[in-house]
Amino acid sequence: MINFSFDGKTYQAQKGDTLAAALLRNGIGLVGRSFKYHRPRGIMTAGVEEPNALVTVGDGGRTEPNTRATDVFVYEGLVAKSQNRWPNLSFDIGAVFGLAAPVLSAGFYYKTFFGSAKRWMFYEYFIRKAAGLGNAPTKTDPDHFSQRAAFCDVLVVGAGPAGLSAALEAAEAGKRVILVEQDNILGASLIRDGQDRDGAWVEATQARIRAAGGRILSRTTASGYWEHDLVTLTQRVAEPGQIPMHGVAQRLWHVRAGQVILATGSIERPMAFGHNDRPGVMLSQAVRTYVRRFGVVPGKRVVIATNNDDAYKTAYALKAAGAEVVAVLDARPAPAGTDSGLPVYNNAVPLSTKGARHCLKSVTALVHGLTESWDADLIAVSGGFTPVVHLHMQAGGTLDWNDAAQAFVPAASRQNVTTIGGAANPDPVFNVVPVSKPKKSFIDFQNDVTLSDVDLAWAEGYRSVEHLKRYTTLGMATDQGKLSNMAALGRLAEKQGVAIPEAGLTTFRPPYTPVTMGLLAGAGAKDAGAHVRRLALYDVHAAKNPIWQPLGYWFRPRAYPVGSETLAQAAMREAKAVRSNVGMTDVSTLAKFEVSGPDASAFLEIICATTVGKLAVGRGRYTFMLREDGFVFDDGTVWRLDENRYLLTSSTGGADRMATHISYVRQYLCPHLRVSAVNVQEHYAGIAVAGPQAKAALAALIGEEPSRHMSTVTAMIAGVPVIVLAASYSGERAFEIYVEASQAGPVWAACEAEVAKQGGALYGLEAMEFLRIEKGHLVVGGEVDGRMTPHDLALDKMLNKAGGYVGASGLSRPALSEAGRRQLVGLEAIEGDIPEGAMLVTGEGVSPQGHVSAAAFRIMDGGSIALGQLTDGFARHGEELIATSPTRGQMARVRVVAPHFYDTAGERYRD
Amino acid sequence: MMQFTCPHCGPRDQAEFIYERTADAVVSLDAAPEEAMKSLFTRNNPRGVDEEIWRHTYGCRAWMVIARNRVTNEISATRAVGPEALP
Repeated sequence: MINFSFDGKTYQAQKGDTLAAALLRNGIGLVGRSFKYHRPRGIMTAGVEEPNALVTVGDGGRTEPNTRATDVFVYEGLVAKSQNRWPNLSFDIGAVFGLAAPVLSAGFYYKTFFGSAKRWMFYEYFIRKAAGLGNAPTKTDPDHFSQRAAFCDVLVVGAGPAGLSAALEAAEAGKRVILVEQDNILGASLIRDGQDRDGAWVEATQARIRAAGGRILSRTTASGYWEHDLVTLTQRVAEPGQIPMHGVAQRLWHVRAGQVILATGSIERPMAFGHNDRPGVMLSQAVRTYVRRFGVVPGKRVVIATNNDDAYKTAYALKAAGAEVVAVLDARPAPAGTDSGLPVYNNAVPLSTKGARHCLKSVTALVHGLTESWDADLIAVSGGFTPVVHLHMQAGGTLDWNDAAQAFVPAASRQNVTTIGGAANPDPVFNVVPVSKPKKSFIDFQNDVTLSDVDLAWAEGYRSVEHLKRYTTLGMATDQGKLSNMAALGRLAEKQGVAIPEAGLTTFRPPYTPVTMGLLAGAGAKDAGAHVRRLALYDVHAAKNPIWQPLGYWFRPRAYPVGSETLAQAAMREAKAVRSNVGMTDVSTLAKFEVSGPDASAFLEIICATTVGKLAVGRGRYTFMLREDGFVFDDGTVWRLDENRYLLTSSTGGADRMATHISYVRQYLCPHLRVSAVNVQEHYAGIAVAGPQAKAALAALIGEEPSRHMSTVTAMIAGVPVIVLAASYSGERAFEIYVEASQAGPVWAACEAEVAKQGGALYGLEAMEFLRIEKGHLVVGGEVDGRMTPHDLALDKMLNKAGGYVGASGLSRPALSEAGRRQLVGLEAIEGDIPEGAMLVTGEGVSPQGHVSAAAFRIMDGGSIALGQLTDGFARHGEELIATSPTRGQMARVRVVAPHFYDTAGERYRD
Repeated sequence: MMQFTCPHCGPRDQAEFIYERTADAVVSLDAAPEEAMKSLFTRNNPRGVDEEIWRHTYGCRAWMVIARNRVTNEISATRAVGPEALP
């Protein structure tokens, strides 16, 4: 015996029981409350199509809400709770919504959404409280979810007689075979209907498949069929809520198959009649499964309602198990075949049921046009069979209408997929048209959609099946309409006066059954969600306890606070060190490309919008790059290291994008050029030394006179070869030192010692931001926001007049240099501090004419300054504006000025 | 997820590739402004086979042109590009 609990009470289950079987074994009929009307619901099916018996299984982080009781096997200590009820299952206050059912009919949400906002505000509180499924767990799942890739010649989905035979044949023909079955044992219909020797055949077939090298995955659902015969499998290694033996709760397989064989069988259909949703209304094959597989007889006095032969097997099984079959309501007009020894009524369809909260009490039927009633505690219903065509449809397949079975069956597919067995050839049935207006005749049990809701949608003008679906929410529950879609289609076709295939079908989308989010994330959860790129000098920085700043995948020091300094205090001290003395910082993350070859100059003049080829060897210059539509997308510097060898730098944030762009231009646009463009971003670490004392520091480090501004030399620091670029972002005389990343440590240490000797300091990104704003230097992602042309940024004088660069033709569009564009300006506060991101307005109630892209303070003199974009800004220097950020309640009066607040003549670069 | 046959690496999952653009959206360096804008903003968008530029980013990093049917995802041709693929 296995102990489990349901709503706090302990019960016993038999080995191999599903939770549904165990609940029925313990006489529990009421398992849940319905989604909208809170109607009492029981167990209806014995498979994954179960719409009613949804429970929450497990504790803490392992909690799995909305688990179908028919799709979880009981383990020792299983904890299950019913859902959507308060205070308890038997007495549920929400059930009063059942009384308000006419209000909550089809289109309720639509009507409320499109009604007055007040109405929605009123309803929302109650709807959110009342409608719904289980609660998502609030704790982190302690288990692991793994992912695996696999390849096979033949993937067989479904291990019933057809699937087993197909897998065996393929495996013994030497093919690589994977056979998957969502149940925990193989056999499918043979488990329910098997004769004496069938069990042995299933065992022997499994053994033969394995012996031939086939892989069998049970408790595994083929959840999605994607492109080019890729099928995802979700494998339950542990049951929902169970502590997994080896830490892995579930496994997601990506299987690329040469051929897919679907032996997915069919799902029995319910019938539409009044109060067909009570505990005690079950599908016929489900009843048979409980009787024959689990040894549980779910009723003592049973009515059977059918339109086909299959349900007679249920009657025999019940009789054999000692239950009384009080009536077999057969919709077909005349008896089929020999006397069955059962109380068969032909031309008979169920009309309605009566019952209490926990059970069924009686069934009323229409027999030859007359009403008749039976006392019964169970009605087993079979309305025909719906082939499981989900995977076939996900694969892009089409369907044929099988009139004898009143069902859609798989037809052609554009992928390599075949359907066999019951899914391809469902049993014939007699078409039953539901009696015109039965009350509470449910077709979508999980979303509480009734036949009259379909009628209402029709009456309100919803003709297309897609509209019907969205208006009534039919088929939109977690079971995706496995039981309901055919009933709705039938009703719609009846209304339209057409045959079912003409009424149309909704789309089948993965997954076939719900998939846990954690499984899709797999190992990419938590810290592994995004990768982190570490600076070569990470440990050196970490030892100084900086404030870190995420920048793309990188983390860079934002500031190095000393003692109790705040970020702002530390950054200002660091910036002052640069302005008055010397500072150093890590610039390793800048994008860097080495471009070499006879056509290197020509190639760079395609990438860069400025001239390059005229640079003397050993010199460098500022450059920028355009998109094809003529807008600036990145900037940097280009250095001629040798006649045919350049180093190109660009922004950190745009590094990957620039690498792709360069590769695209090189490989696709210009394959004929004799050039090599190598991404050396992480090959070199970079250290910037900036400030009035930078030249003296560098002279001491390299033992010679440093190169002049915008010149480059190679040198040695601490015995390590380095490239020194005399470039300045801060506005001071500055040098960027590039060193092979693995040898950056000693170079950094030597620089740090020298900077300290000069009385300087380290500086981080925040100080760098202060320095560059004061100097009016651009930042990609700030001023360069993808909407600015070279003209807007006052870079047009640098454009290569010969053209030929990427974006040249786009830039030549007249609109890109017309008046009325946003242009780069500086802003100086007259009153208040300028809020970053604020909009620029001329007065209250006027449309904004620009915005503040970056704000800072003058480093040596104080005072709030900013860079911004302003309509026709070049011509508006001197004008007063308001910079306002209403969401933050911040405002400043500003004056428009040139975007240079410091050393406009550039004298500090010169020696 | 589709499967492409990289001219250099053989059949690989689509997850290893990154889509760049359709071949008809390529702006040639000497394109007149009208022509360039047409390439950028008015694509053919055919219901059927289209030539697309993909890159085997998480493999050999090479660019290639893949002829894909945009309705059925059938791949009818794959062609290498770059200096090595020049005639």
